[in-house]
Amino acid sequence: MKLAFDIALRFLKSSKGQTALIVLGIAIGVSVQIFIGSLITGLQKSLVDKTVGSAPQITVSPQEDGAYILDSQAEAKTIKATNPEEIKNLVAVTQGPAILNTADESATILLRGFDWKAAQGIYKISDRIVKGELATNDNEIIIGEDFAKNLNLSVGDTIELITPARKTGKFLITGIFDLQVKSLNESWILSNDRAVQEFLETGEGVSQIEMQVNDVFAADEVAGEIEKRLNEDTLVVTNWKEENAALLSGLSGQTASSLMIQVFVMISVVLGIASVLAISVVQKSKQIGILKAMGMHNPKASLVFLFQGFLLGVLGALVGVGLGIGLSWSFATFVTNPDGSSLVPFFIDWSFIGISAGIAVAASTLAALIPAIRVSRLDPMEVIKNG
Amino acid sequence: MDNYVVEVKGVNKVYGKTIKTVALHNLNLGFKTGSFNAIIGESGSGKSTLLNILGTLDRPTKGDVIINGVSTKNMSKGRLSDLRNETLGFVFQFHYLLPEFTALENVLMPYRIANGKAGKKSRDRAREILNLVGLEKVENNLATNMSGGQQQRTAIARALMNQPKIILADEPTGNLDSQTTDSIYQLFRKINQELGTTFIIITHDRRVAEKADRIVEILDGRISLDIVK
Ligand SMILES: Nc1ncnc2c1ncn2[C@@H]1O[C@H](COP(=O)(O)OP(=O)(O)O)[C@@H](O)[C@H]1O
Ligand SMILES: [Mg+2]
Repeated sequence: MKLAFDIALRFLKSSKGQTALIVLGIAIGVSVQIFIGSLITGLQKSLVDKTVGSAPQITVSPQEDGAYILDSQAEAKTIKATNPEEIKNLVAVTQGPAILNTADESATILLRGFDWKAAQGIYKISDRIVKGELATNDNEIIIGEDFAKNLNLSVGDTIELITPARKTGKFLITGIFDLQVKSLNESWILSNDRAVQEFLETGEGVSQIEMQVNDVFAADEVAGEIEKRLNEDTLVVTNWKEENAALLSGLSGQTASSLMIQVFVMISVVLGIASVLAISVVQKSKQIGILKAMGMHNPKASLVFLFQGFLLGVLGALVGVGLGIGLSWSFATFVTNPDGSSLVPFFIDWSFIGISAGIAVAASTLAALIPAIRVSRLDPMEVIKNG
Repeated sequence: MDNYVVEVKGVNKVYGKTIKTVALHNLNLGFKTGSFNAIIGESGSGKSTLLNILGTLDRPTKGDVIINGVSTKNMSKGRLSDLRNETLGFVFQFHYLLPEFTALENVLMPYRIANGKAGKKSRDRAREILNLVGLEKVENNLATNMSGGQQQRTAIARALMNQPKIILADEPTGNLDSQTTDSIYQLFRKINQELGTTFIIITHDRRVAEKADRIVEILDGRISLDIVK
């Protein structure tokens, strides 16, 4: 082993140009893999984050329209206990449609009430208030930026809301929020849970329990666990993945095409190594011949070339990882939106990089298999006869 | 008969399948332990073929090669490799040094093939042999940074490393000037006398052959002359 390794090392050192060329080839392959991989992953992460980062990822609600979850605190506890590692940012929401009447217009809105503190996890409302403050008392609300603009409302105004059950209530606007989604800014009116429960006359009941999970892509699995744990026909558990099928199929298409590129990059790297090593077998045939004449066994002689493939793979992977990270970083740093933020955020997935490097090393070693087989077939007589 | 260190029995060698060239005809020949032998003969007479068969690098078409009293006929490739490594030393017309390694590392090569790592003891021994062939000053030169004579002497030192019973040399001085040739044969004789190593040397040089204990002449794959002094 040691001798085969030493000879492999010496062979590589003695033809530095050739070695550098293969290492560069592998390195470029690995760096392209890492670059494309982290680009796509970064892109997907930011896309998913934009889509569901500030939205509920799993929602538990009554089967029946207009029904309420009565013991929301106990249900929330049960839900959390299902998978305490994954589930976070639980919030109970009481909501219902209402009509707003002003002097010249009426608009349908969704009145939503929750405990401000609990809602901070998903909606980060206090960071999203652009004017005024949160509505903490009964008969106080906050409205969206676009809604305020459309209806020419501002902090301090009072509006009247009518429920489908014809109940009316007057509310003071204490603040204006911007959730960065136009449709929500136009249609949501938010308040604290007490105020909404009282106005909609739900008593202690809430409309749904919303939550997020640490691994957003595991939302469907966690939702399944919750469903099993709750084991109640009256409740349904939905998750963001079922509601964003189009986005997800887009993402998996992207992943598949990136995988395809990576596979072809690897194939070309393997072919490159195999062909250069095959040439090297011819170049080193005298050395191999005499080593065998002096008693080196065939498998050992083959090992010399497998080690060369392995060493080239390790070197190429190391250089490639450096290059790939540098490339990804440059892309994130220099390719920016007009406002200066990265078009695609810099994202390093060490396990993905580790896998890429590992595959490169394995593929390089494997690529050396064909030359290694040729070496084991080389007859020392041929070398000695032909000088 | 018993003290033959290497012996061919009824050895035939035929090259080619359609056009058959018979290189050796039913050869019977044995060499005594510690003897110093020369093989002479015209070019193409079958000398190299015989030597390569003696060295188990080539297999006879018919017949057997017996080394140290053991038939090699049914040995596996691995066994033959081990046998060559332990018992035989080769010197060819070309030195076949590994150009990627220094003189000392080349000399250590047969030892490392058997043992993997070379410790201090084996290194000292390799230096001693390099001393013997007069190369102590260039032991750390790459094989490519030596003269033709130095390269061939390194190859001889390498052949001696595992203290083989037999040295097989195929025109070892064919590429060297007469002065270097003389010094190399003196070296062979010295090793033969001091270590009792058996030498079988193919040579064109009559002067060299005359200094051997025994001269075997090959003609068209047959022994035409066998003189023991
Ligand atoms: N690989 C081979 N294929 C066919 N013929 C061969 C081969 N090797 C040697 N010969 C023939 O065998 C004969 C003996 O060759 P060789 O042993 O090399 O002779 P010498 O060493 O005495 O010059 C020659 O006629 C040569 O042409
Ligand atoms: Mg010859």
